[in-house]
Amino acid sequence: MINVTNIESMNIADYKGVWVFAEQRAGRLENVVFELLGEGRRLADELGVELSAVLAGSNVGELCAPLISGGADRVYCVDVPALKTYTTEGYASVIADLVKSEKPEVFIIGATNIGRDLGPRMAAKLNTGLTADCTGLAIDPEQKILLQTRPAFGGNVMAMIVTTRHRPQMSTVRPGVMKKLLPDPSRKGTVETVAVDETALNIRTIVKDIVKSARKDVDLTEADVIVSGGRGLGNPEGFALIKELADTLGGVVGSSRAAVDAGWIAQAHQVGQTGKTVRPKLYVACGISGAIQHLAGMQNSKCIIAINKAESAPIFDTADYGIVGDLYKVIPLMIEEFRRIKEN
Amino acid sequence: MKIIVCAKQVPDTNEVKLDPKTGTLIREGIPSIINPDDRNALEEALRIKDKFENENERVEVVVLTMGPPQADVALREALAMGADRAILLCDRKFAGSDTWATAHAIAWTIDKIGGYDLVFCGRQAIDGDTAQVGPQVAEYLNLPQVTYVRRLDIERDGGTVTVERALEDGYEVIETRLPCLLTAVKELNVPRYPSMRGIFDAYGEKQVEVWSADDVGIDPSVIGLKASPTNVRRVFTPEPRGKGIMLEGSGKEAVQNLFAQLREKRIV
Repeated sequence: MINVTNIESMNIADYKGVWVFAEQRAGRLENVVFELLGEGRRLADELGVELSAVLAGSNVGELCAPLISGGADRVYCVDVPALKTYTTEGYASVIADLVKSEKPEVFIIGATNIGRDLGPRMAAKLNTGLTADCTGLAIDPEQKILLQTRPAFGGNVMAMIVTTRHRPQMSTVRPGVMKKLLPDPSRKGTVETVAVDETALNIRTIVKDIVKSARKDVDLTEADVIVSGGRGLGNPEGFALIKELADTLGGVVGSSRAAVDAGWIAQAHQVGQTGKTVRPKLYVACGISGAIQHLAGMQNSKCIIAINKAESAPIFDTADYGIVGDLYKVIPLMIEEFRRIKEN
Repeated sequence: MKIIVCAKQVPDTNEVKLDPKTGTLIREGIPSIINPDDRNALEEALRIKDKFENENERVEVVVLTMGPPQADVALREALAMGADRAILLCDRKFAGSDTWATAHAIAWTIDKIGGYDLVFCGRQAIDGDTAQVGPQVAEYLNLPQVTYVRRLDIERDGGTVTVERALEDGYEVIETRLPCLLTAVKELNVPRYPSMRGIFDAYGEKQVEVWSADDVGIDPSVIGLKASPTNVRRVFTPEPRGKGIMLEGSGKEAVQNLFAQLREKRIV
């Protein structure tokens, strides 16, 4: 029979501080950790509390310093051989125990394939709420609770979610959405080593191997320039032209969900709610109508150019520059013009 | 062997449109489908059934869904694909459940079904995209979990399960044992279509069992809106970032004008 915890017994006033999960893989911190630290710093300052990072792994001591210079006041470091690689049960039980003893009010986790595996398992252990894939976090000025905004209904609307009676308030946060701080090596912070009884860990999965895909996936989140194609291309061959413009501008190729669903391009290129969230310096949307779920993934780009045949396409409401026209005519002109500029 | 597949009926959100005047969702005429990742989970369960039954081991595939009475259609489709048994968990008491409360309802029901070796879910549903219910169910049932399963191999006698778990830049090879909970991604397989015979059976001799919260014996303090730790404060359409400059025409001049402005702002 399933245990029912008396969740009403939580005294929320006991919970203080903002925590972020410092996800590392093979001794390297994930990019999203620094984004969480940037965002967590802002939330902690607004609440007037400490920001802590939770680091788990084996021989990961040297990762504490970058976490502090990235914004943390404190690092909880769980450094044991059994946690060398991520396992759901190992990480979830160690971190949930730490949460139970230290009682943070907010806990944010990067919405990576590991964070999205860990977060719900932990939330279930802690009997608290978890909001997935947040794109916006804020503190309610009166209630001092976390306002968690995420796309809903396939990204067609935004929902603001609150966890009022349970602690910690947990969110996973989309990589690429929040801003990192500039690392400050002079920042001071404390490192707390957390002792764990490894023999008490009940880890029932064994990671036999970790295989990196031979073909490096396109890194949209780090690109300065992204040229994306959508349904308006009309056929998969259209992506050759998109690639030519991207190459010319020194960027990478993105796509809308529609183009991925049509099988024209691999999912790794998808920008939007179910794809990647990007904030390049320049985003060129070609033949993309601008569904909210796509906008959710690219509207924080510094400059957006939209090219679309339909003047009424919603993408133009989000673009800094719009050209109404046939992308098969406009893009070659752009390639030509940019080459001309570069030569001069 | 008994496999329980958790499936959800969802609106085909690729087709969800917003009313431009009111900003509300247009739900009319939107088809409902079995959530795509759940269909992959069901397909894999049926493949295990096909394979093991060839080796003379009986495999029962039970499909479980929580939803309104209309979700009967999704369950009939699952039966037509080859599932042996379908259970619809249907009760107004579940209304407003978040993932925590939903996972409780499903875990209690799986516990009630009992005798399972494998619980199979889709990675996430396209209407919520949370990917939370699977791992939460695993926790309540105290099962090991592997999410993002893109390849699966079950050893028939020893109960050893070897899976490939998708990562952003590759995959992990993970070994675990039955009983466990897995969540499927679409790379796992290509789901079959129901056969004519299957459709005939699904609306003939096979039944959809409808269970209420009381039938399962779920503690009422863990289900529904009131029990849910998370609440939706408001739903809104995001503000567009504001219309920029529409360039005149689409010819050479427009493109030159565009790049002149981009250079001025030091974007290129």
